[in-house]
Amino acid sequence: MKNKTLFITVIIFVLFCFLIFLKGLNNPNTYVPTKSGKQISSFNAKKLFNNENINIDSLFIEDKIYLLNIWSSWCGPCRIEHNDLIKLSKNSSIKIIGINYRDNLSNAKKFIKQLGNPYSEILVDQDGTIAIDLGIIGVPETYVLDKNKKILRIHIGPLNSQILKEIENLTK
Amino acid sequence: MNYLKIKILIVLVFLLFHSNAQSENIDLVNKISKNIRCLICQGQSVYDSQSDFAISMKIAIKKKIQEGYTENQIYDYLIGQYGEWISYNPGFNKNTIFLWLLPILTFIVGGWLIFKKTKFFKL
Repeated sequence: MKNKTLFITVIIFVLFCFLIFLKGLNNPNTYVPTKSGKQISSFNAKKLFNNENINIDSLFIEDKIYLLNIWSSWCGPCRIEHNDLIKLSKNSSIKIIGINYRDNLSNAKKFIKQLGNPYSEILVDQDGTIAIDLGIIGVPETYVLDKNKKILRIHIGPLNSQILKEIENLTK
Repeated sequence: MNYLKIKILIVLVFLLFHSNAQSENIDLVNKISKNIRCLICQGQSVYDSQSDFAISMKIAIKKKIQEGYTENQIYDYLIGQYGEWISYNPGFNKNTIFLWLLPILTFIVGGWLIFKKTKFFKL
């Protein structure tokens, strides 16, 4: 009788452990952004083209959808998504703010001159600490924000036609 | 002449304290970055990684220390930005309850089994 109780206890305990590990396996083993719905913090940064210091809050004035796009001239996928950003910039309900991440400034300026400028403003994050303050992990990454700087969506990696549609739907 | 010696001494003392404080800051940056996961790397801490993300993170941690943040405040700040996943030392909450309790439970159940089975305890 005693041995039977012991056996059942061990089986229940092993099953319990198995279920916990099984639940753990179902969780993603990669980073999933947790900031959706939160407001981004305020920060100061220099503008790319005239070196003027600016506070991000001063850019969120109009009642539009804002895209905060983190990019670099050395980043291949940024080059791929640039055409999509140009297309989006033609939508008058969307304002795109660029943050140039850990880049050589003259290369960044050349990148914009060659491929066009979809950004209403480009801010410089030379040491990458603004990106850390925003909760960004790399380039390209895009935050979709409302007028109050509340994060509506986060896209890690280059934008594509499906994401473009989703963003444009937010303006309707 | 004596006045010059005093000046040199003051500068030396200042440099000594300054370098001491800097090495303490570097130690703290290293300690914190060893407990922070590099989110774009495979199984590496921020301390071990040389990725752009890890380099930016180390600079951000250094800046927070210079701003007067304590070690725990920096962990809280980073967890606030990236979630619990970034920390190698997650806190005790509803998501991590089994993580913390399972080893204790295993220890108790294992101890009980040994207690029941070993003849030594029956003596």
